[in-house]
Amino acid sequence: MNSESIVFIVLAVLIALFSVLSVTTKRIIRAATYLLFVLFGTAGLYFLMGYTFLGAVQIMVYAGGIVVLYIFAIMLTGKTPDAKQHSLSLAKKGAALVAALVGAGLLMFVIISHQFVSQSLSAEVTNEAAAPIGEIGSSLLSAGEGGNLLPFEAVSVLLLACIIGGLIIARKR
Amino acid sequence: MNITIDYFLILSAFMLGAGMYGFFTRRNTLAILISIELILNAADINFAAFNRLCQTGIEGYVFTLFSIAISAAETAIAIAVMINIYRMLKNNFVDELDTLKW
Repeated sequence: MNSESIVFIVLAVLIALFSVLSVTTKRIIRAATYLLFVLFGTAGLYFLMGYTFLGAVQIMVYAGGIVVLYIFAIMLTGKTPDAKQHSLSLAKKGAALVAALVGAGLLMFVIISHQFVSQSLSAEVTNEAAAPIGEIGSSLLSAGEGGNLLPFEAVSVLLLACIIGGLIIARKR
Repeated sequence: MNITIDYFLILSAFMLGAGMYGFFTRRNTLAILISIELILNAADINFAAFNRLCQTGIEGYVFTLFSIAISAAETAIAIAVMINIYRMLKNNFVDELDTLKW
């Protein structure tokens, strides 16, 4: 039982617990808060794998951007939801639970029955520099072998379209 | 105990299941979006874990970055649409939003 596995177990329990709480809680503002904890846990997993830049992006974009957007939207759409009026019948909830459990269980069965390479993914054990930031930067902006310039530009156009679309859709008429 | 890729994949499968359950049972549009975020996040973990397994190349890493950017864009547009719906219909529950034109 080394320190990496303790960190992983703590993160895994945190993520599992808060992802379940996030979809079962009645109040939507709590769901957004639990989602924030799940996203922090995911960033912790990236840090564990040695992907520090990815973890930083996860915290900045998801935790700093998206969750704040959610909380503002929840505040703006006001009035606490009348949970009783909109809750599903028990049979429908049970059907959804069965569907989700069977889906996830099938996935887990396939994963467990498949023999993956038993190689540790945490950064400290293999003791090597994982994905240096210079390599990522030059890969994002190179058009040659292994370059990702086209998707990078496509994402930047998408973000521009998203800014304009968001402004137009949400403007006051 | 080695932390192999199985643990990451099982964790992300669990997260996907939780997201699916929320997507099926929630009636508030914002809560449905939160469930979608869980599903997308599970996919991101898989990308990063498989890239870590392969050692060479950073394709999975870069695509995780793109996936985060795209989900940010998707969330921004969806929230703009929902705020607009709420402004017009004073409601954001999917079982009551059955008016296309008003």
